[in-house]
Amino acid sequence: MKDFINKNKDNLITYGIVIIAYIVLELLMSLGLISSLMTGLLVPLCAYIILAVSLNITVGILGELSLGHAGFMCVGAFTSAFFSKCTVNVITVEWIRFTIAILIGFLCAGVIGFLIGMPVLRLKGDYLAIVTLAFGEIIKNVMNVLYIGRDSKGFHFSTKDAVALGLEESGEIIVNGAQGITGTPKSSNFTVGVVLILITLFIVLNLIKSRDGRAVMAIRDNVIAAESVGINITKYKLLAFSISAALAGVAGVLYSHNLSSLMATPKNFGYNMSIMILVFVVLGGIGNIRGSIISAVILTLLPELLRGLSNLRMLIYAIVLIAMMLFSWSPKAKDFRDKTVATLLFWKKDNTVKGGSDNGSN
Amino acid sequence: MAATNPVLEVTNLSISFGGLRAVDDFSVTINEGELYGLIGPNGAGKTTAFNLLTGVYKPNEGIIRLCGEDITGRSTIDINKAGIARTFQNIRLFKDLSVLDNVKAGLHNIYTYSTMSSILRLPKYYKVEKEMTAKAMELLKVFDLDSSASLKASQLPYGKQRKLEIARALATNPKLLLLDEPAAGMNPNETKELMDTISFIRKEFKMTILLIEHDMKLVSGICERLTVLNFGRILAEGSTSEVLNNPDVITAYLGE
Repeated sequence: MKDFINKNKDNLITYGIVIIAYIVLELLMSLGLISSLMTGLLVPLCAYIILAVSLNITVGILGELSLGHAGFMCVGAFTSAFFSKCTVNVITVEWIRFTIAILIGFLCAGVIGFLIGMPVLRLKGDYLAIVTLAFGEIIKNVMNVLYIGRDSKGFHFSTKDAVALGLEESGEIIVNGAQGITGTPKSSNFTVGVVLILITLFIVLNLIKSRDGRAVMAIRDNVIAAESVGINITKYKLLAFSISAALAGVAGVLYSHNLSSLMATPKNFGYNMSIMILVFVVLGGIGNIRGSIISAVILTLLPELLRGLSNLRMLIYAIVLIAMMLFSWSPKAKDFRDKTVATLLFWKKDNTVKGGSDNGSN
Repeated sequence: MAATNPVLEVTNLSISFGGLRAVDDFSVTINEGELYGLIGPNGAGKTTAFNLLTGVYKPNEGIIRLCGEDITGRSTIDINKAGIARTFQNIRLFKDLSVLDNVKAGLHNIYTYSTMSSILRLPKYYKVEKEMTAKAMELLKVFDLDSSASLKASQLPYGKQRKLEIARALATNPKLLLLDEPAAGMNPNETKELMDTISFIRKEFKMTILLIEHDMKLVSGICERLTVLNFGRILAEGSTSEVLNNPDVITAYLGE
């Protein structure tokens, strides 16, 4: 048992932080100390954390730049919302339906990630960034013109308008173009969000510290050397990228089942969103999973906390960005952080803190 | 005379880049357990020859056989799996991985388990990882790197980085080890130590080694046989003392 704790110390700390934060927030909520505005922000926050952690696989562990992470979230959101709306009367047990929805979001986004990665990841250079950027915009725009309806004859598709579906009178429109999907069952809540964060962390952290994770990081550090020791470059790049996309899909499921009407707008699935996730990852420290979580929390809650300052809000936001960048990247700040964590937790009394934290998975 | 099982047989290997014949009609046979030298002045095509052997470039002509098996035109990955491992002239380590993980990355195809076992942390994961760590530490010990196992590869001093690269290459369990200027940039003491290590792994692992070197003096110390390349062509080959006294070789190195 002690051996197990020592080996997984870093991961356990990360899980611990999430669980403690959850308990504290639940307590505060039950005491009524959190505004309803903040409470409404908690589920999106969980989705952002999952997105940041999953993007960190592509950016930090694989070392490729992806500018369309919101696109994979969009795929997960729409496929799962579509499923939930179709089956809301068929599968009446909510948790079973939601679990299947999560798996659908995971698989669809993963498959799309695989299909996009297959041609692009064979190339060297910034092609992944360019293609994912385009993909994110394309998927958002496709969702805006897609109409899907259902009646007794089955499903009808159109890219023109709702009338073109030619539904029977009893039929219902499920995906209504730019108005998206309305009436998705609201299955998400904060607890589900935290459970999904923990599952994401479990997958990501375990993957990093394994044969596969090592191969992916070897490719990141030196492609030619990785080939020379017989590591299959394309396979591991695809593996990392698909898992990253699939987990973004899970974030999409969580996000979409929190909204009564799901629309693909530039704000939620567009380029800005992709960049925001990338900002979480960069500020938290590329390759640093725990950092991604912390920066996602701070940067999501900050604009809300500063709402009272109206004009000064964006100024303070910018200052915090700069301060976080310094804190997560300057070597002195890194040393300070390592030492503080070590002394606070008393987990490692010898002075091998630096050697003990490896591969940027801390 | 030891048994002559050729590990590597190369016949008439050639490659051109545009109008330049970088390697022209290169043939060599290396027997089991031999330490063979490939020397030549700058730009003679030594590293290109290595890149042909490891599948980085595909030859225009010629056949490469490893232990009788034709491996011409295979990918770098398949050639490594077939049993050729190499080091690089400019060190190429996985710089942000720990020293231990560098060697474990070399063990990638030797010890395997599925992605599922790693994500779900199945018993197989713990079992195989334990074996991998033990094997990697054993290799690190040979190179006296075991005390730095948890350091990042980039934190090692230069000489140790060279050694780590050799350890990583050996981890892939090769039949033939290609060393590309292992002593480049080392001081005389480090060079001496490295040459001892090479002789040691040759004995300890019964390894067949093909070595590129720039420095003739150094090569003459440890190689039995040599091939001298100049302008992509073989200038001379044979036993070390014979080759080094060849007037053509002396001219190529020292000029007329």
